[in-house]
Amino acid sequence: MARYVIVGAGPAGVIAAETLRQQDADGEIVLLGGEPEPPYSRMAIPYYLTGGIEESGTHLRKAQDHYAKLGIEVRQAAVSKVDTGANSLVLADGSALPYDQLLLATGASPVRPPVPGLDLPGVHHCWTLEDARQIADLADPGASVVLMGAGFIGCIILESLLARDVKLTVVEMEDRMLPRMMDQTGGAMIKRWCEDKGTSVLTSTKVTEIKAADGGGLQVVLDSGEQVPAALVVVATGVKSNAELAQDGDIKVDQGIVVDNYLRTSVPNVYAAGDVAQAPDHSTGGWSVLAIQPTAADHGRVAALNMAGVETTYKGNLAMNVLDTAGLVSVSFGRWDGGDGCETAESVDAENFRYMRLVFDGDRVVGALCLGHTDHVGVLRGLIQGDVRLGDWKARLQADPCRIMEAYLGSTLS
Amino acid sequence: MNTGKRLMQKSLHIDPGKCTGCLQCEMACSLDNEGAFNPAKSRIKVFDFHAEGRFVPYTCTQCAEAWCMKACPVDAISVDTLTGAKVVSDALCVGCKVCTIACPFGTINYNQTTGKVLKCDLCGGDPECAKACPTSAITFIDADWTGLERMRDWASKTDSGTRAEA
Repeated sequence: MARYVIVGAGPAGVIAAETLRQQDADGEIVLLGGEPEPPYSRMAIPYYLTGGIEESGTHLRKAQDHYAKLGIEVRQAAVSKVDTGANSLVLADGSALPYDQLLLATGASPVRPPVPGLDLPGVHHCWTLEDARQIADLADPGASVVLMGAGFIGCIILESLLARDVKLTVVEMEDRMLPRMMDQTGGAMIKRWCEDKGTSVLTSTKVTEIKAADGGGLQVVLDSGEQVPAALVVVATGVKSNAELAQDGDIKVDQGIVVDNYLRTSVPNVYAAGDVAQAPDHSTGGWSVLAIQPTAADHGRVAALNMAGVETTYKGNLAMNVLDTAGLVSVSFGRWDGGDGCETAESVDAENFRYMRLVFDGDRVVGALCLGHTDHVGVLRGLIQGDVRLGDWKARLQADPCRIMEAYLGSTLS
Repeated sequence: MNTGKRLMQKSLHIDPGKCTGCLQCEMACSLDNEGAFNPAKSRIKVFDFHAEGRFVPYTCTQCAEAWCMKACPVDAISVDTLTGAKVVSDALCVGCKVCTIACPFGTINYNQTTGKVLKCDLCGGDPECAKACPTSAITFIDADWTGLERMRDWASKTDSGTRAEA
């Protein structure tokens, strides 16, 4: 009887555990989580912060006995070492946990920028449920809050903070909001949208220091010399893969743990999935780390199938994000920033906060950005990942990039 | 609808050649599901190909891959065991919209009014669109006959390697 051990109880780990059970009725499945919570979704934290859901609403599976019913042993344990020679984990308490097949789904952690004062009370990442509880305590109506970082996570938290009626200042060191998900046109629209909602957005600005203010609270010092008072500072300056466990051994690590088309690491019975995995990329032909939910779900499933002996090829990472910034929905797919030899088509309606940009390589769509468009946006994934040849539809999309659904139907069903 | 014995699961069959673009399906869908004649909230959409003078009704195929369901971070989409439809629980949906980018067919959409997502749930096994269609462009028939294979082939192209289990 095989023993499968999964390190990490996020979406990749949970989906892998469930998939393993579907494939192997008898195998022993151990799911190790690092936090004192039932397996939950970080993606749901913003909705907990707005008060839209209870903590239980963030749980990946709602039934308390879900894992027990499937014979999946969920354990809270920190892992100190992977001993690939002995096919065994060393846990923090010194005990050994042998495995036949191992999945590293250890996720990512927030990047800590080199700014003095990040240790002060009132400065928090927004990554774990515990972080969210602390933020919920401090983000009272009218409170001054500084958000460091206007990337994907920053912008998602921004929505929650605005919903709590705080006085918000956003500080982003790059020249626009969402520098890794939006171009200048889209980033500028989102900035204007936020400013219209009463948020102060400072781009091309760095926080140089956070100081305790006389009489309580914090002072956030900017590189402009300006100081912004804050009751709460939320740090959302990116995430990095938790690949430390793999680093001492013979498992190949680059930006994340490097895996092949089967989600297998350089050690044959060790797999990696989700935010920690650097996997083949559909768009570039290289390898990428994509810390996004759909990728974690796909990785978890494909890794588990291969672990259970059902050979399954992963078709490659495709960057995709959807974000609601205080009511303005933005979407990005694939190579939205274009590249050598790519053509683009754009439709811009700045006044109404609507924007659509398509990137073509030959007669295929390889990337897209949308702002203010929510209908049928998933079909962009179909167009890109299905390598759909557009034929006559390319010219029509160049004339009107919003006709993505018609282009898909016209190209695939005719 | 439920006759007490287990029926073969049925699917929506769409024959674009018979569609006249009357939009009765969109009306019926939005009335039944949203309580108002509001095609913008319909889960089935008729696409108008002016140049070719044809119309294509389009909605979720309840595909085996269930991209939406697998991508949902809060387990808000589940399979209705009676109909095989993938159904959104409004109580659990947090409105994160990940399903709307995960579905490569673009058939699950965000409803800004409710803050939840919308998709076809086959009306619990008696789809209003099929009943409303005056030309039988939309019918609800045994799954084996619906020619969904083609759609599922598409799904498998986008899929992470495994074939559709249709």
